[in-house]
Amino acid sequence: MNQSTLRWLLVLAVYGVLAWVPALPDAGGWLSLIVPMTMYIALATSWALFSGPTHYISLATAAFYGVGTYILAMGIEAVPYPLLLLIAALAGAVLAALVGWATLRLSGVYFVIFTLGLAELIRQVVTWLQNNFGGSRGKYVFTDITEAHIYWQLLALTLIVFFVGWLIQRSRLGFAIRIIGGDETVAKHSGIHVAGAKIALFMVSGAVAAVVGAILAPRFVYIEPAMAFNPQLSFMVAIMALLGGLHRLWGPLMGAIPFALVWEFIAANFPEQTTLLMGLAFLAVVFYIPNGIAGVMESWHRKLRANQEVDHG
Amino acid sequence: MDKRIALEVRQATKKFGGLIAVNDVSFEVHEQEVVGLIGPNGSGKTTMMNLISGALPVTGGYVMMGDTLLSELPPRKIARAGVARTFQLVRVIPAMTVLENVMAGATFGHKRLWGQALRVYSQRQLERVGLADAAEQPMSNLTYIDQKRVELARALAANPTVILLDEWLAGLNPTELQTGIELIRSLRDEGRTIILVEHVMDAIRSLCDRCVVMSSGVKIAEGSPAQVLSDPQVIEAYLGEDYE
Amino acid sequence: MQILITGILLGGVYAIIAVGLSLQYGVARIMNLALGEMLVAGAFAAFWFATAQALNPYWALLVVVPGGFIANWLIYQFLLRPLVRRAKNRGQLEVDSILATFGLSFTLVGIFLWIFGGQFFNYSFLSVPVELFDSRYGQNRVLAFAMAVLICGALWIWLNHTRSGLALRAISVDPKAASLVAIDVEKTSAFAFALGGAVAATGGLVLSTFLTFDASIGIVFTLKALIIVIMGGVGDIRGAVVAALVLGITETLVARLIDPGLTLAAAYVLFLLILLFRPQGLFGRSQS
Repeated sequence: MNQSTLRWLLVLAVYGVLAWVPALPDAGGWLSLIVPMTMYIALATSWALFSGPTHYISLATAAFYGVGTYILAMGIEAVPYPLLLLIAALAGAVLAALVGWATLRLSGVYFVIFTLGLAELIRQVVTWLQNNFGGSRGKYVFTDITEAHIYWQLLALTLIVFFVGWLIQRSRLGFAIRIIGGDETVAKHSGIHVAGAKIALFMVSGAVAAVVGAILAPRFVYIEPAMAFNPQLSFMVAIMALLGGLHRLWGPLMGAIPFALVWEFIAANFPEQTTLLMGLAFLAVVFYIPNGIAGVMESWHRKLRANQEVDHG
Repeated sequence: MDKRIALEVRQATKKFGGLIAVNDVSFEVHEQEVVGLIGPNGSGKTTMMNLISGALPVTGGYVMMGDTLLSELPPRKIARAGVARTFQLVRVIPAMTVLENVMAGATFGHKRLWGQALRVYSQRQLERVGLADAAEQPMSNLTYIDQKRVELARALAANPTVILLDEWLAGLNPTELQTGIELIRSLRDEGRTIILVEHVMDAIRSLCDRCVVMSSGVKIAEGSPAQVLSDPQVIEAYLGEDYE
Repeated sequence: MQILITGILLGGVYAIIAVGLSLQYGVARIMNLALGEMLVAGAFAAFWFATAQALNPYWALLVVVPGGFIANWLIYQFLLRPLVRRAKNRGQLEVDSILATFGLSFTLVGIFLWIFGGQFFNYSFLSVPVELFDSRYGQNRVLAFAMAVLICGALWIWLNHTRSGLALRAISVDPKAASLVAIDVEKTSAFAFALGGAVAATGGLVLSTFLTFDASIGIVFTLKALIIVIMGGVGDIRGAVVAALVLGITETLVARLIDPGLTLAAAYVLFLLILLFRPQGLFGRSQS
């Protein structure tokens, strides 16, 4: 048995334990804490798959998420649920491909700005369509999907995201994207389709965010544009991934767990100061932990090992 | 010369706004030939290299390799067609190991390997440039000269038919220069075509079969190194018009 | 015709903000995503003068211009220069400055919310109609447009006809070459950044004389300024002015003819078209 098989068995064991959370006494309380956390892990990890190696900061998460939410809300009465998740994934990927095609050939600044406005653009268009053709502002979603179902689905999704990320890292695409992140000119002259590789990864993160949106839609009985396309989500995901560290697959996880917990506390106790604290969190990450928690942990680990070697020598 | 033409540059022109960097330049490079592209600073040599490798699109004229019209292709397709290059200011990826840097050349381009085959093949390219032992080191540990060698190994890894070397010999000490010259010669002997931009005159004399001389964006001479280096027009271009 | 003039009047004010951003991004090469908050700060200052002091809001210029200048100079020196020094390459600087200025933006919005709360603000200033080409427009809008012409014109003359303006333009073309001809790039960049911030804050003051605002509206104007700057071509003041007018007219058209809720969507469609067909800007030369 080699190391990576062992690692995957360990991961599966952890998932096996986590799957029992809904069986705990007072499961409702646990779930209300762990469902958003799992959601952020899926979003932040898939976000980092693209933004980590390419250095493009995407703020389109809310747009993909909202599209997924709306697809579920519109289709739930007519289309089988699993098919809707698939449609959401496809829609997210197609939207990502379109945005990527328009912006990824250009510099990072254009990309940030465009993705930032994307959620707002779609929100305005959806609102306008609903006002003029849909009759009402929002949409009710009635299903028999419970919080536990949502949790299991998210749990499975994070597993898929980790697995896909692991596969990409070992593939030509992963190698190509590392070269692109290092030096785009070298990549071009080595025969890499630079824009294509970027778009492919962006499609993965777009598809995941759309599926997350679709999975979570039944949690909110009433869906309306301002909630589905909330730009704060994009920033939360970015800050969590950056806090955790983008250079490792498990990095964003290290950011999402503590940040989701702290944020829960802040939102409950200082609801007036959330924006201010989010801003300070951004500044703190940029100035004090540029490599994220994963980077800090690795440097501790290195120091520890160096010390041990000194002891033995 | 009865050898076939490997690369044909015909009336190539490149304008940047009002500035004409390369003006109506034509030349041919035969198979298994080393051609030196020389001229004073700012004469358009590097721009010419960029036109061939596709880093810049031509404003007019064309570049052809065999039946392939390179000048209408993006750089990645030119690389796939078998043109590899090094850069005037070394471009390597500091965050990767030496071997990975070389592997980058043999994965997506003219040569498309993966897995064990890629590693073994890339290791062999490192041996050719004399860096076999550095394979697992991070790129940032290497000296500037060794980085240049990695860059050449990466270009070789694509198994290119045409290699563009932009001042690859600059900065080498006499011993290194000798090894470098022999290395380039061996590349020609195994059937590759080489175009090099160079300022080191010794290297040009001993290495180049032919030279194309550029000045202020136009071709002013073409011929054997001895021929062009004694051409009064070339001397004037190098030394300036004040030289009497 | 009425739509056209309303659009031009609005576009004029957009031009002030875009010129501010253009100074910052073109010269100091930092994309400042907190620029909109400078604008909001200027608007709050004008609001305070107009309501609490019952003065003409343009008196706030006395505070807004030096205040905006000093605040942005400090931001550049203490927040952004360390990033410039730390950055190993342009890509890293870009990411770092995007994140840092986003952080700054949120922090400032947070502070505004803390002090002023989340409600909308407006005050009445010169809201008397004036007749132009058979239609009526608010005097405040016409005055705002005049201010825009004054500010952009002054900057244009300064950039093109003075030595210090020339230094700024030199850096925006090539910072390395500029330092070779004895231009202090760091100092001049800081100056351009500070000036850009002051201009944007002035834009906020002008805007508040006819538009309702709130603490978190800054980002909308940052976005519009960015769209304008990209459309006009980075570092091109003339382009920025034309692009601002185009945006003003487009928004007014969409708001009047389709739905006022779609103005930002309209700006985005414009942005998308530019990205697809003229990524170098309306007047930029096509490059590799």
